[in-house]
Amino acid sequence: MPRVVFTANLNRHVDCPDVVVHGNTVQQALETVFADHRALRNYVVDDQDRLRTHMVVFVDGQPIKDRDRLSDPVSEASEIYVMQALSGG
Amino acid sequence: MSDRLYAATRKGFFTLDRKSSGWTISKVDFLGMNATMLLDDPRDGMLYVALDHGHFGVKLHRSPDGGQTWEECAVPQYPKFTDEDQKKQAESGEFGARRDFSSLQEIWELTPGGPDQPGVLWAGTIPGGLFRSADQGSSWQLVRTLWEREERWRWFGGGKDSPGIHSVAVNPADSQHVTVGISCGGAWVTEDGGASWQCRSTGMRADYLPPDQAGDPNAQDPHRLVQCRSRPEMLWVQHHNGIFRTTDGGRQWTEIEDVLPSAFGFAVIVHPEDPETAWFVPGVKDECRVPVDGALVVTRTRDGGQSFDVLCQGLPGKHCYDIVFRHGLDIDSTGARLAMGSSTGSLWYSDNLGDTWQCLANHLPPIYCVRFAPRR
Repeated sequence: MPRVVFTANLNRHVDCPDVVVHGNTVQQALETVFADHRALRNYVVDDQDRLRTHMVVFVDGQPIKDRDRLSDPVSEASEIYVMQALSGG
Repeated sequence: MSDRLYAATRKGFFTLDRKSSGWTISKVDFLGMNATMLLDDPRDGMLYVALDHGHFGVKLHRSPDGGQTWEECAVPQYPKFTDEDQKKQAESGEFGARRDFSSLQEIWELTPGGPDQPGVLWAGTIPGGLFRSADQGSSWQLVRTLWEREERWRWFGGGKDSPGIHSVAVNPADSQHVTVGISCGGAWVTEDGGASWQCRSTGMRADYLPPDQAGDPNAQDPHRLVQCRSRPEMLWVQHHNGIFRTTDGGRQWTEIEDVLPSAFGFAVIVHPEDPETAWFVPGVKDECRVPVDGALVVTRTRDGGQSFDVLCQGLPGKHCYDIVFRHGLDIDSTGARLAMGSSTGSLWYSDNLGDTWQCLANHLPPIYCVRFAPRR
């Protein structure tokens, strides 16, 4: 099952432990995390459920392509890193 | 008179207290974070600080005990941006930078509802949203009656890419009567608690538009709009193109001309008991946003704009490049004390209506909002 890891800088603001989740896409994986950590959602996605402008998500080392719908596929062994983009600071 | 002063800054939220030795910084909260707005609610003592985390978005925190403890509460949320919205935005044209009406970018104003509305808050936001909370910020509702006005599609950014609501004035005698200021969208008024709205900017002047459109009420850029507490029909605006005043609740605005050293600026305050007395902090002009001749001054009128005093005692007179933003100037509820904070982190205080100023801090982060605590 894919593993989701959040930037340590986010821990200052909201609870976001590393978790192993179900899901075939980044969107499904993150929704599983948000279901258990509701406050985390709007730190990562905006009002339209798009990845925030200055956030970046890597799947197995590659930045995702679909920032609007988060439809990039993930596999059972994937590692999903939710990071800050340097463009934002 | 208030003995507590707050400053929301680019790198934290500062609390200053007046003690026997004078004003001192007594507390710093949210260090390193971008605090864009604050409110100390005079009705229930709840303290609010809005943050813009940049990467992680806009957040709102509240404290029931004067800042000893904080909890994150809800933020305004924009509705889903539909295909119909995209069509309307395309049809309305763009007015500069591409506007984004889809997601919260900043909480630019927080104002308590009336004394008969406990827990009610108004939030003005970028992009162009007015939100209302009935539960101290636990939830927010978009004021759709304003949002769904066709004119909204022609609002545009002033200094920001997207339009924003920076001023919300609730009539102290009638909480159903609310006036908002929009950069750029003019002044809008409801007299029925938000059921209906009127654009009331007639008389304002926009030099940044073609001449035949300069008087368009919906295209005005009031940088800041304030209402006199004891005479709510009397309001002042520091506009992108000058200083304007109304004596009839915004039905007609009159430009105050020949203001020296300049009529350009961002901030304005009005005395709570005297609608003829107002203060401004001028800059050269929109293309050169620094004090005239490098000397920071405050201008004050005590006769409704017929004449102005230029107040400079205690303020830097050489090589000063401080600008006071929209919410960077405040007057306490008694009208006895003034404070202002600048773009380069200086904070000044006056207890004689601005005749003289005392510097309280020189090296704070850029200051966005200064507000006195209510007298308790």
